[in-house]
Amino acid sequence: MKVSAIITLKKDVLDPQGKVIHETLDGMGFNSVNEVRQGKYFEIDVKENDPKKAKDLVENMCKKLLANLVIENYKIIETQ
Amino acid sequence: MKSSVITFPGSNCDRDMDVALTKFGFKNKMVWHDDQELPKSDLIVLPGGFSYGDYLRCGSMASKSKIMHSVINFAKSGGLVMGICNGFQILVEAGLVPGVLLRNKYLQFICKNVHVKVDNKENTFFKNLDKQVLEFHIAHNEGNYFCTNDQLKEIEDNNQIAIYYCDQNGNTNDQINPNGSIKNIAGIFNKEKNVLGMMPHPERMIDESLSGEDGSIFFKNLLNNIK
Repeated sequence: MKVSAIITLKKDVLDPQGKVIHETLDGMGFNSVNEVRQGKYFEIDVKENDPKKAKDLVENMCKKLLANLVIENYKIIETQ
Repeated sequence: MKSSVITFPGSNCDRDMDVALTKFGFKNKMVWHDDQELPKSDLIVLPGGFSYGDYLRCGSMASKSKIMHSVINFAKSGGLVMGICNGFQILVEAGLVPGVLLRNKYLQFICKNVHVKVDNKENTFFKNLDKQVLEFHIAHNEGNYFCTNDQLKEIEDNNQIAIYYCDQNGNTNDQINPNGSIKNIAGIFNKEKNVLGMMPHPERMIDESLSGEDGSIFFKNLLNNIK
């Protein structure tokens, strides 16, 4: 089954790319933006059909490789 | 004295490091990342470059390569390990030194000479060094050192900050900080001070006619300390 994971920077970590995107949006006329934070999205197809096991597997991947827990948080979303 | 330089796919300062170590008297061996065992060494160097194309996060893939199991064991048993630039990024991803290296504050790749202040000389890397401020070269996109407040407290309590970005007189301040690093940190140790990670490249400053000699001072002193 496919499991998705979203990795985002923790709140107190500076995100210069998000800042630049925010400023660019501002320059384009999107003036109603408070803040932009950029993150990463993974779609992982695992050889596992049990949703809980699949989720646990991807969670382990997040902890060990996909996210650096000093600066990033992860969120797991089951897709199908 | 024997040294080993690990080459990862995408390393590009491995041969410069080999030239520098050899020039100052190390018997150096190049080791491929897919090897399992390290040759007998007094010093292991993780060189600069762009291992695995900086995919995911700089150094994250290389930190999981086969040879790193041996490097981690070597470090944990007290062996000397030095990571330069991408090598520093690999060390943080491997958990051998605390913190992470974020994208530079102003999103620019920085390539220039900088001065660094050596703060702690009670370790094999800087012991007996007769200079306080060294001129090294930096070339990186992700050198912005970051750690949590708890980590910073621990790092400071244990004197783990190795070098700071400074001006030529040794003053550290925001104006001289090239990449946004917390406290101008350019390099740090593990708790035991046998692992050093730093962004600047001493191997690029080993010839007066090409660059400068402060790298020579560093390597000569290091060799004497290991002997």
